[in-house]
Amino acid sequence: MASNKKYWKSVEELKDSPIVETLSKNEFVEEIPTDEFLGDKETLENSSTSRRDFLKYVGFTTAAASLAACEGPVRKSIPYVVKPDDVTLGVADWYATSVADGYDFANVLVKTREGRPIQIMPNKEADGTTSARVQASVLSLYDQELRLKEPAKAGKVISWEDADKEIGLKLNELKESNKPVVLLTGTMASPSTDKIISDFIVAYPNVKHVIYDAVSESGAADAMLAMYGKRVLPNYHLDRAKTIVSFGADFLGDFHGGFEKQFIVGRKPETGKMSYHVQFESNMSLTGANSDKRVVVKPSDQVFALLNLYNAITGSNVPSKATAVDADVKKMASELKKAGSKGVVLTGLNDVNAQLISLEINKALNSEIIDVNNTLNVRQGNDKDVAELISGMKSGKIAGLISYNVDPIYTLANSTDFSEGLKKLQLSVALSTENNETVNASNYVLPTPHFLESWGDTQFDEVTYGLMQPTIQPLFNTRQVQDTLLKWSENTTKYYDYLKSFATTSVLTGSSWNTALHNGFFKKEVIEVVESVESTVVISDVASKLAASAKKSSGFELNFYTKPGLGDGKQANNPWLQEFPDPITRASWDNYLTMSISDARELGFSNPVKDNGAIDGDYAKISVNGKEITVPVMIQPGQAKGSIGIALGYGRTFGFKKEMQVGVNAYPLYANGNNIQYGVSIEKVSGTHKFACTQVQKTIAGRHDILKVTSLKDYKTVDPKDHHHGWNKPAYVSYDHNEVEANTIDLWDEHNREIGHHFNLSIDLTSCTGCGACVIACHAENNVPVVGKNEVRVGRDMHWLRIDRYYSSEVETREEAKELGLSRGDMYLALETEAENPEVTFQPMMCQHCNHAPCETVCPVAATSHGRQGQNQMAYNRCVGTRYCANNCPYRVRRFNWFNYANNNEFDFNMNNDYGKMVLNPDVVVRSRGVMEKCSMCIQMTQATILKAKKEGRAVNTDEFETACSSACTTGAMVFGDINNKEDKVASLIEDKRAYGVLDYLQTKPNVIYQVKVKNTNEG
Amino acid sequence: MKSVGLHSRLNTLFIKSITVLFVFAFSISAYSQDVDEARQKEGKKLFKSLCASCHKLDKKLIGPALSGVEERRENDWLKAWIKNNAELRASGDAQANAIFDEYNGSNMTAFPQLSDQNIDDILYYTTVGEIKKVASAAEGVAVAGETSGGAPEWLIYILAAAIVVAFLMIASLLKQVNELKGNVAAGETSDIKRDLHELWVGVKQNTFLKVLSTIFLLLVGAYFVFGTIFKVGVDEGYQPIQPIAFSHKIHAGDNKIDCQYCHSSAKHSKTSGIPSVNVCMNCHKNISEVSDDTVVELEDGLVLGKEQLDLEIAKVYKAAGWDADNLEYTGETSPIKWTRVHNLPDFVYFNHSQHVTVGGLECQKCHGPVEEMDELYQYSPLTMGWCIDCHKETKVNLKGNEYYAKIHEDLAKKYNVDQVTIAQLGGKECGKCHY
Repeated sequence: MASNKKYWKSVEELKDSPIVETLSKNEFVEEIPTDEFLGDKETLENSSTSRRDFLKYVGFTTAAASLAACEGPVRKSIPYVVKPDDVTLGVADWYATSVADGYDFANVLVKTREGRPIQIMPNKEADGTTSARVQASVLSLYDQELRLKEPAKAGKVISWEDADKEIGLKLNELKESNKPVVLLTGTMASPSTDKIISDFIVAYPNVKHVIYDAVSESGAADAMLAMYGKRVLPNYHLDRAKTIVSFGADFLGDFHGGFEKQFIVGRKPETGKMSYHVQFESNMSLTGANSDKRVVVKPSDQVFALLNLYNAITGSNVPSKATAVDADVKKMASELKKAGSKGVVLTGLNDVNAQLISLEINKALNSEIIDVNNTLNVRQGNDKDVAELISGMKSGKIAGLISYNVDPIYTLANSTDFSEGLKKLQLSVALSTENNETVNASNYVLPTPHFLESWGDTQFDEVTYGLMQPTIQPLFNTRQVQDTLLKWSENTTKYYDYLKSFATTSVLTGSSWNTALHNGFFKKEVIEVVESVESTVVISDVASKLAASAKKSSGFELNFYTKPGLGDGKQANNPWLQEFPDPITRASWDNYLTMSISDARELGFSNPVKDNGAIDGDYAKISVNGKEITVPVMIQPGQAKGSIGIALGYGRTFGFKKEMQVGVNAYPLYANGNNIQYGVSIEKVSGTHKFACTQVQKTIAGRHDILKVTSLKDYKTVDPKDHHHGWNKPAYVSYDHNEVEANTIDLWDEHNREIGHHFNLSIDLTSCTGCGACVIACHAENNVPVVGKNEVRVGRDMHWLRIDRYYSSEVETREEAKELGLSRGDMYLALETEAENPEVTFQPMMCQHCNHAPCETVCPVAATSHGRQGQNQMAYNRCVGTRYCANNCPYRVRRFNWFNYANNNEFDFNMNNDYGKMVLNPDVVVRSRGVMEKCSMCIQMTQATILKAKKEGRAVNTDEFETACSSACTTGAMVFGDINNKEDKVASLIEDKRAYGVLDYLQTKPNVIYQVKVKNTNEG
Repeated sequence: MKSVGLHSRLNTLFIKSITVLFVFAFSISAYSQDVDEARQKEGKKLFKSLCASCHKLDKKLIGPALSGVEERRENDWLKAWIKNNAELRASGDAQANAIFDEYNGSNMTAFPQLSDQNIDDILYYTTVGEIKKVASAAEGVAVAGETSGGAPEWLIYILAAAIVVAFLMIASLLKQVNELKGNVAAGETSDIKRDLHELWVGVKQNTFLKVLSTIFLLLVGAYFVFGTIFKVGVDEGYQPIQPIAFSHKIHAGDNKIDCQYCHSSAKHSKTSGIPSVNVCMNCHKNISEVSDDTVVELEDGLVLGKEQLDLEIAKVYKAAGWDADNLEYTGETSPIKWTRVHNLPDFVYFNHSQHVTVGGLECQKCHGPVEEMDELYQYSPLTMGWCIDCHKETKVNLKGNEYYAKIHEDLAKKYNVDQVTIAQLGGKECGKCHY
């Protein structure tokens, strides 16, 4: 079945466009711009530099360069005065801590070198996971532009003592006159901070605590409050699920903080069982891309589909409406009923009524997948409170505002109301780690440390109590919000002491504080079980309210989403995240309006591919509720017709350098935290947008067996090597006019690989969700430079590890099309119709470390060579930059340094300032201009593991070898190890019947092995 | 970035040898008074081993200065105090208790193991003190220091001489040929200028000689060009001036301090680590001055004696924020900015612990006779060829290392050797050092 799929990477490919054809044949998408420096005849003639001048310059520079080279630079070494005992220079220290920035929450391990955090990895003992954003947050610590450095009043630096005195006086004055003051924070999920805030409120009874999440999930929390009496988010144990039905819930993305680990645990083909996941959605989300079946349905119809499902399952008859997908809904109703308690329904609509219906369905199923006891605390924002706050500020009722790490002026739809209200306040204090518009508009500005510089505790779910500890001395003159509040409450305790006594008395139940701090977490044994509250919810009311909310209106339906890269925009000034390509569209440095192919055709939008492989877009002016923004349009296969999508978190500009000011702020349209807006009108406006999108640049050039996908049924019943129906057939090549198995002939001599270690990386395409945590981990570990939007656009991105996204449609191959008598045009038309809802497959692609590497053969200076341990090694100091290797690499994984990306004002990202450079890994060189680079299979890590074993005089332990990507991988899709150690996990994976090498007919014998993707098509 | 010229080792070696000769010639030491040298020596030995950590002769340290203590106290009382001061205090001795109070009740160690003779020797030493030497040796050094003799790059000069001789020979041959041909009247007096002219004319006329001399000149040119180019970036002998005239000779040589006492991370880490100031203070808290005859010779011929060296120790105190008079830390520290001697390019990964802990190498293997260096210089060229040469020759140190057990057995069989070299183990692969 795998054979009759056509894989494609972009819509343009389907049009059989000549440009794509040309691009697929070119190795470098852009011609070398010789004209730029040679110029034409006219320019040359007008130039004031004559030939003699030129020779003089050459002579002078040569002489100067040789003179300068004769003397080495003097380097200073400044040792400590008193060296801390636990620091050994050159040896990394790891600390267990927690990440909690209001949107991302994780139990992590932080790698520090010489007292500087340089990498974040999941704390696997605490079941911690890391996303791309958590991985990248270590760079946000060193954000020189945005980090606040000194306390200030009205823009002038002020001492902490003066600030405390003045604010204290004002607070007391407001307390005496009983004027309300609001403490506005994001979700902190910190029990000790909650206690401090409640103590603060006892000291100042006029204070009210309002929690505001920029991207709201208020509806789900309100529904839990109404049904179970607890304003929290339900937990979903998707690992145990049999059938999962999701209505627009991006649970592999940011829905409730993400459930990808649990989801993938339930999808291991080896066990013979996989959950069956059906996604009803309008935008193409990461979750939809990973689903077994994706049903394209626009938001208003999602509402009715949900109600229809409720009716079908409970047999009730709440008011609803027929939709185009009712057949699928009916099928899923029976599937869910069959699954019973192993079935679950999720919905991503941020609407209390929709959430109540989904809770009710789960109740009816008696679902044990949804957990209302061990609940989640990661989104506590309350839209109602926020709305009240703004009206109170506007009316002048509220007298004071203390905000902590929120930026409502950027993130609120009605931000003008907020900023006007802010001016009326008698007291406005912003406690913040980073500078932003709200900080700028507040009277007092008190800098707070980054979470990597802070003490703290976290409680993401009810079981795991996490601790946060500083991993670096504070970089700036900051003070933690908890210390500030304690001080203002006249409590002289330091927050560290407060935290320690709080944890020991009320959480640790006699266990050691030091152990908990060392581990970074403490697992509680007892969870409070929710007494079944007498629910006052009347479902028929709920249903009619819900149905009314989706009342048909003319115009488009706008569905907001967050990208795995930028999320809610808190880390928008992080160049790693801006350069991180969106997993679905493969565009970086931008957000855009996603639109279906047919809508785009009707409205006249297109994404023409330029001859350098970059794609362009038209602008659309979209307006809703009297607000309008102008955004570029990206045609998105799989987008529901009549719906459009846009990512939040972009378009932040305050305090940003020009090159970081990218995208469009969609928050002004995000009214009341509603992720669906109805009645949107679209108008095409003039102008061409230049996208930085890598999707066409590396076309697959007709090599369709890069990917292998099969169904669970075939996986279990069909012989993988079967000549006709096999799903993992060996490659055949023609030899002496006979078809023979590819591995019988070879261009190269065989190496002996038996001795010592032989590394291998196995990537399970079934488990890879495309989240991209590995991409950022690779960035951090290997000092991969950021090149900026323009360079990415022309195909000079430097990512050593990319995640290719392939669309596929179940149609005929060219041969079959011929048999059916379809013309070429018809075939592509057929494909395009299919493209309205393609299947999506992700494939992480990095240097394949071929044992028979084509790149090694062609290097004229032997700069790239093969190690005995299987790694394809790249000696940068030997490379002269001919780029033959990249030309000869069938996987297109080599990256050329067109420029110096460090200490270069043209690339003013983290490698161009002293703070940003602190994140660099001292064990890996920063490459200079003119050399080729690529994935090294983290040779610095494998060498360090070997050295550790040698120093301890022992053999390397089983599964001790790791790479940055494999340790960052949440779902365990990437497994790294030594195949010569038969105990290593990877040794059995390479023998697995799902294992295959990409382009195996070339006989490059890669040391990266992929596992065939298995989908549960729910047959048999 | 600032640049400095490199000292040339050859120059300094020459100066040094002359200096040593001079010193040797002049160093006839003479002692000042009639002192029982054996007793003083014995006393000094005991004093250094037992007392010196808390007492000095001329300065207060943790305990009082002991020079002339015999004049201040009774001999019997001193013996009782030294053997067991606590007992003496307990017996209610007024003097003992007064001393104890004066030094804020800090306990002095009891030395019951010392015999009366031992104590008398120590006391003798405190009375006579150090035996002064006549200062003639130091003068000799000073004189020697000024004698500078630039080292000829003898090889080059010999070559040049050879070339000149060769040309002269050719010239005389040509002259003879010309004379034989009868071109020039015989018996005419010739001077060098004319010889050279004739040589030039001869060479111009003779194609073979023309080609030969062109080739010759090209070869000589290439020799010098390549010689220069290959030395670029090779800093063998690099000897920068350090902020403190720290002498490895005194520390590692004379006092036999283990290298890794100070460079403690060499066995754990990629860097050997320049010791932090608190490591210096482990000893220098008690050693605030050098002995009178300590001398440090710097490469530019400068010789530092006691007076200057004590100032160098004071620099360490300043860095550590140590108040040597009140014997306490002030907290005002100022880190020392050492100049790095061994610089590897960024694209090379070198790990000390691999070589020190796993390979069991002596530091001297790469760093040279550091224990003889008053001023540290780069001993090895630190070029890739130098690394590789060693990797090719050196056999893997297998002693008791489980890691190598299997891999070595397989490799030994493959290469048919008893013990494999580092290169055979993979130590010649690019990626092992370049990432």
